[in-house]
Amino acid sequence: MKNYGYYPGCSVRSSSKSYEKSLLLVMKGVGLKMKEIDDWNCCGATAYFGTDKKMAGAVAGRNLCLAEQQKMSDVIIPCTGCYLTLRKSQDNIKENKNDTIRSALNGAGLKGGDKVSLRHPVDVLYNDVGIEKIKSLVKKPLKEWKIASYYGCQLVRPYADVDDPYHPVILDEIMIACGAQAVDYPYKTRCCGGALTGTVEDVGLRLVYILLAEMMKRGANCVVTMCPLCHFNFDVYQKKVEEKFGEEFKKSFGKKFEPLPILHFTQAMGIAFGYKESELGTGELMVEPKALLRAV
Amino acid sequence: MKYIRTVKYESELNKSFYKKVIESSGCEKILECIQCGTCSSTCPVSLYMDFTPRKLMAMIKGGFEDEALKSKTIWICSSCYSCTVMCPAQIKITDIMYALKRMAIEKGVYPKGMPIPVLAEEMSKVIAEKGRNSEMEVVTRMMLRTNPLGMLKMAPMGLSLFRKGRMHIGGEKIKNRKQMQKLLSGLKKKEAK
Ligand code: SF4
Ligand code: SF4
Ligand code: SF4
Ligand code: SF4
Repeated sequence: MKNYGYYPGCSVRSSSKSYEKSLLLVMKGVGLKMKEIDDWNCCGATAYFGTDKKMAGAVAGRNLCLAEQQKMSDVIIPCTGCYLTLRKSQDNIKENKNDTIRSALNGAGLKGGDKVSLRHPVDVLYNDVGIEKIKSLVKKPLKEWKIASYYGCQLVRPYADVDDPYHPVILDEIMIACGAQAVDYPYKTRCCGGALTGTVEDVGLRLVYILLAEMMKRGANCVVTMCPLCHFNFDVYQKKVEEKFGEEFKKSFGKKFEPLPILHFTQAMGIAFGYKESELGTGELMVEPKALLRAV
Repeated sequence: MKYIRTVKYESELNKSFYKKVIESSGCEKILECIQCGTCSSTCPVSLYMDFTPRKLMAMIKGGFEDEALKSKTIWICSSCYSCTVMCPAQIKITDIMYALKRMAIEKGVYPKGMPIPVLAEEMSKVIAEKGRNSEMEVVTRMMLRTNPLGMLKMAPMGLSLFRKGRMHIGGEKIKNRKQMQKLLSGLKKKEAK
């Protein structure tokens, strides 16, 4: 029997609360119990790996040890940034049984950390819960939704063990199970630039532009993401990208036009399961998906 | 007229630079690079780099330490792992980029006005203090240090995030901060040895 733990990460507690809200509802809906790791700390993410590798490994490692000490077999991690950081740190723990990081962890009373399975919710929903179960829960099929599923980098690279690193399908299949049409496009895992929108804005905005323009060209009227940072780039920076490149990402719904809505994938699932918009936090989105939500 | 030499003499290179890179990145295969350019062609941001990933690999092998550490390339790399997955010689290019970043920060040679090293440093500080991290707090601290005027430019976006309830200003802390401190000081003790 699996005993699921949950590692929220900082993003879903600050700028992406609606991702967590909708995730918790969907997991409850499919009957999956998960318990938050008591006293988890920030994983430190990639910026941290860039300054002090040992510190990064130790700080991330603490979470893994806590999860095992709290008897968890799997930990569900909604932010792909956290997901990759924790996986890399676990690799380090597995490979080096006697290094500085291990002894510092031991010194602070933190044991183990090498056994717990680190999972993204897309993986858990697809592989553990299953498409049939998801289908059975759909009350409002997303018939009119033409969804570009965006995976980003870190679920599929460098570990290519959950799905193909360039042409993954598991999120598309979940969306199809929810009654939506999946839009095929070649950039499902092309990088959105991550933090570059904040650090080297010109480059960051260009990467976001390339992706949104491609999704539009392929006929998407909605995008779903599986990482709070990718979501932030598409949703919050969309207007800036439009201004910079003089192109509007407008989609028609009947007679109405609206910008390209970007949803956390769990929000799309929640709508299909018939949950209320307010419970799913769709009001938090910068690009308001009004016409899209009416199209179910 | 003054003549400037644009090519380095062998004696000016650091021939053992690659060894440091191997040690810090944990990637031992770097000498096996065949200069095929797959990394540069798959890289989504190579067109903004001063040296493409392929060139950078050659520079590391050749001992161009200074040039490699001062390059903008390492700060533009978005860690997308595309090169790493595609490299026929299985070189972990992304991890090498991280290693170069760490070395550049250590030597204090990153390009002026690059906010990324500051961002990383601020993030480390907040985590060491509180165990949790509010992105907004880190970004604000970074902006104040690198680009105070940029704060004004960001203000409209900040305001609309705030209206949507998406601005969360710091405050969260873990309970067992003693354990975190013990963990971090445990690392330092070992290093001093
Ligand atoms: S990667 Fe980002 S969201 Fe995840 S814990 Fe770290 S700071 Fe928070
Ligand atoms: S696409 Fe970019 S921001 Fe999104 S997960 Fe990958 S690296 Fe991070
Ligand atoms: S892909 Fe690998 S072998 Fe080819 S140039 Fe890049 S690092 Fe060298
Ligand atoms: S990891 Fe960095 S260097 Fe490699 S392809 Fe991605 S952005 Fe380019």
